[in-house]
Amino acid sequence: MGMPITVEIVGTKDQAPFDKLFGYFRQVDRRFSPYKEQSELMKYNRSEGTAKLSSEMEEVLALCKQTKEISGGYFDISRSDGTLDPSGLVKGWAIDNAAKILKSEGLSNFYVEAGGDIQTEGLNDQYEPWIIGIRNPFNLQEVVKVIKLSGQGVATSGTYIRGEHIYNPLNDHRSPSGVSSLTVIGPNIFEADRFATAAFAMGKKGISFIASLPGFEGYQIDNIGHATFTQGFKAYVV
Amino acid sequence: MKKAVIGFGIFGVYLIYSLGIRHQQPVIPKPADLLSSSNTKSGGSTSTSAATSNTTAATAAPPSSPPANSSKYKDGTYIGSVADAYYGNVQVSVSISNGRITNVKFLQYPNTHSTSVYINQQVMPYLQQETIQTQNANVQLITGATFTSQAFVQSLQAALNKA
Repeated sequence: MGMPITVEIVGTKDQAPFDKLFGYFRQVDRRFSPYKEQSELMKYNRSEGTAKLSSEMEEVLALCKQTKEISGGYFDISRSDGTLDPSGLVKGWAIDNAAKILKSEGLSNFYVEAGGDIQTEGLNDQYEPWIIGIRNPFNLQEVVKVIKLSGQGVATSGTYIRGEHIYNPLNDHRSPSGVSSLTVIGPNIFEADRFATAAFAMGKKGISFIASLPGFEGYQIDNIGHATFTQGFKAYVV
Repeated sequence: MKKAVIGFGIFGVYLIYSLGIRHQQPVIPKPADLLSSSNTKSGGSTSTSAATSNTTAATAAPPSSPPANSSKYKDGTYIGSVADAYYGNVQVSVSISNGRITNVKFLQYPNTHSTSVYINQQVMPYLQQETIQTQNANVQLITGATFTSQAFVQSLQAALNKA
């Protein structure tokens, strides 16, 4: 997926779960990559929607459609050239599936992280919840908040690294403004990631959208380093 | 409950104050512009939707001083327009009896944590604010917007060039 993936499993020296997981991520990349000419996604886009879809692709496209509806149109994978790019959902979806694979292997203390999006499960090797820092959008070497998670997912959408890269379909194709980073804690990484993406496209209203979602908390940093966060967020702060 | 009573009291004071102020101003909004069809009696008064500024006027007028021209208000119940209070909408109704405000009700107010997920609903999430500060604690991993290698940036740029 063009990004680093890290997995930590507590209490195992077995290499097999790692191999299985990275095999899964490679498979997802081959299918959904918007950069690989031979990915199923690219073939589908070239076929102008006529190619037969795998069940995984059908599932992802259906989830994208559902997310678009829930977010009032802010989450939209349609590009101005008519092609689809479900990347805003695939990463969280894939991490979530990877975590399910580990659980099905009987593992219960681990995290799976890809490109800053994280699914936690159980406890770390100190028998504590996993300790996660929220990166400072103005200084990438710094952390501005430390949270502890056990079983939840956390995702951050932001304007740094790639620039204002999240597409706002309701804003004349211009990038959202006013928000530097939005971190969302959700019941799992799939949910956290897709709603972080959608809420970030909403600009400063995004944090209110997150607060309206039961079971979600958010920490939004604006362009001058001021943070707005949901009421339940503090419960996760270390 | 006590807080709510005090809150309504403060708001009531502000309403009285603001109605008084309005009448000192040369332009008085026409009732038809402000009132909905739910007037219980013939309109002729103003209504208000003060939204977030209610606290600023709390000390501006003592509770015991009615507005000088309160008799200009005709009896009835009036519904204010919906005002955007940033985190949600505020809408009040005000009841006038004998030319005086006797009741103020919030028809919409931003204090519910809705179970719905639609952004266009009237929702008042509880939000808090702070200035970000660097933390020194050790962390096991970091969440942030996608960290990308230079190769990925180039790949992205290539893709964008095609778009």
